[in-house]
Amino acid sequence: MIIYTYDGTFEGLLTSIFETYNRKNFPVDICSRQGEQKHLFAQKLDIHTNEIKAERVWKGIQNKLMGKNNQLLFYAFLSEEKGIEMKIYRFLRRLFSEHFNIETDFGDSDVLYLTQTSQKVKKEAMRMMQFVRFQHAKDGMYFCGIEPRYDVIPLVINHFKNRFADQKWLLYDLKRNYGILYENEKIEEVIISNKEFNTITGQVNENILQEGEEFYQKLWKSYFKHINIKERKNLKLQRLHMPRRFWKYLPEKQGIN
Amino acid sequence: MSNENVHKKLNILADAAKYDVSCASSGSNRKNTSKGIGSGVACGICHSFTEDGRCVSLFKILMTNNCIYDCAYCVNRRSNDKPRATFTVKEIVDLTIGFYRRNYIEGLFLSSGVIKSPDFTMERMVLVAKKLRLEENYNGYIHLKAIPGASPQLVQEAGLWADRLSVNLEIPTNTNLKLLAPEKNHPEILSPMTQIRNGILANKEERKKFRRAPKFAPAGQSTQMIIGATPETDRQIILLSSGLYRTQNLKRVYFSGYLPVNQNDKRLPAITRPPLVRENRLYQSDWLMRFYKFKAEEILTEDQPFLDLEVDPKLGFALRNMDQFPVDINRADYEMILRIPGIGVQSAQKIIMARRHRKLNSMHLKKIGIVMKRAKYFITCNELPVSTTDWAPERLKRKIISESLTKNRKLLDTQLSLFNDFKPALPPLH
Repeated sequence: MIIYTYDGTFEGLLTSIFETYNRKNFPVDICSRQGEQKHLFAQKLDIHTNEIKAERVWKGIQNKLMGKNNQLLFYAFLSEEKGIEMKIYRFLRRLFSEHFNIETDFGDSDVLYLTQTSQKVKKEAMRMMQFVRFQHAKDGMYFCGIEPRYDVIPLVINHFKNRFADQKWLLYDLKRNYGILYENEKIEEVIISNKEFNTITGQVNENILQEGEEFYQKLWKSYFKHINIKERKNLKLQRLHMPRRFWKYLPEKQGIN
Repeated sequence: MSNENVHKKLNILADAAKYDVSCASSGSNRKNTSKGIGSGVACGICHSFTEDGRCVSLFKILMTNNCIYDCAYCVNRRSNDKPRATFTVKEIVDLTIGFYRRNYIEGLFLSSGVIKSPDFTMERMVLVAKKLRLEENYNGYIHLKAIPGASPQLVQEAGLWADRLSVNLEIPTNTNLKLLAPEKNHPEILSPMTQIRNGILANKEERKKFRRAPKFAPAGQSTQMIIGATPETDRQIILLSSGLYRTQNLKRVYFSGYLPVNQNDKRLPAITRPPLVRENRLYQSDWLMRFYKFKAEEILTEDQPFLDLEVDPKLGFALRNMDQFPVDINRADYEMILRIPGIGVQSAQKIIMARRHRKLNSMHLKKIGIVMKRAKYFITCNELPVSTTDWAPERLKRKIISESLTKNRKLLDTQLSLFNDFKPALPPLH
């Protein structure tokens, strides 16, 4: 009985999987170092992330998976679900040993689980594109603090980079405490220590807001109110498409709920 | 721009614009090549949802709610005593860019009442789009309403700046349209529609030869009609929309359940609530035609003028054609699997892929995400008991209806979701 532990990164997981094949010593569990120890008498093996080994495994995966699914495992990994490592590991054991594409074998519970989890992650990334609301600060920066359920900020960088190519923006993950800053066509990962915004709702302090910002928020709020058709009221449908957990970031829902 | 005037105008014109149904921002993947602002996403993005459950994807606004026409169904008709307002071109441009930069919206949907003449109105609308593209370096979505009666040159120019164009059909048949809107008629509405269709087709050919030729309405065109204001049957409406998809190459036909906005007009039915269930059934039929490979004639046969409000059209089709069921999940072709109630497009594709690896049983199907509560009466997959698949249609219909009623579901009072697997809101059982 052996348990592999790694540093919690995707590269770390790929390195561990490389080592299982290398040592021909197949584990009962793979978990991140912070993860709990489930097996009392199991032997523990700590794996140091090695980019070259991780790259080799990643290439192997790419050769086997179809083009449109090639990010499947990475997306599923981003879900940070408990026990996702072993599911990825079992998936890879099958993937490497069989000739056929196993990624469409939805009768297999691991394959189905990974597909559905990666769908969830993609949906959460979509929600970021939908519900991010920038606030214009005095220094010209457009800021948004938000708390996605999964760690999906990296997946939407390109979307925002293409869309807002001529403005300086910062997208901050309030839960995981890091953000992506875009300035002068460059992307940068930042950690803010001196926070001038509400760490729960992501609202920027009023004294550093740009002048027109409040006006636009007011306009947007009343636009939102007036575009609604009262006779067709259907709150359930609204909540289905726009879950409550995002309402605190949306200016149009402020002061209403 | 920060003055109260704009705020007031916005309120009036948003109120006037809300009855436009279309809000799709899909179909265009315009790139932000100029390093300006904005980009198109082919699948569309909805940025907010109002309390009626409709999405706010585009900044949907009227340029003016002044109108020279007097259409019985329209809130902005000239005989209504309403506050009127008109945006200047610059105001619309500033609002759009201001909202867009804050990621509130996916683009602009500009419509308008007709002032002076169709040409005068259309010219200013085109100017908004042109200004956004050229002066603001804006590459986001623009949906322009083409005003019937505007000159072909203006419609052509609109197509060059906008992503989607639309012309509203208003009322499904010409005779009834003339009754409610004496100044309008179908031929006049169809002529810009035909022009736009030809423009799109010609542009596609041109772009095959010259890759950099400017795009003409890359997200296609759509239309909208009011249902329930006039006595057309569902069959007429479905045949009409299927005809429009075929002949005019429309991307979407929108239905808008008639909502009484004007009092005391004897030409219109006296109702208090919009026909939401009927509207939903029509959309479901529309989905069947566009994604489920149904033909219009199959959804409603000749002896059936109206859709069944109790069950969705797909279940209705299955109940009428019990001889085609049960379907063997492990053998049937894709088209047939799509026709099983309780199986959507995604599940059908998953089934097709998964059954190459192993025989599927009902446990697999459930996990894949099929609504077995409905589908079990219409499929076989080796181990389902035969008793579930041998029913008299009318009895089965009652059984499925009673099973889908839950104590939490209120009867007939909500608009139904289009995108969930069909779950009809149901009238009380007698």
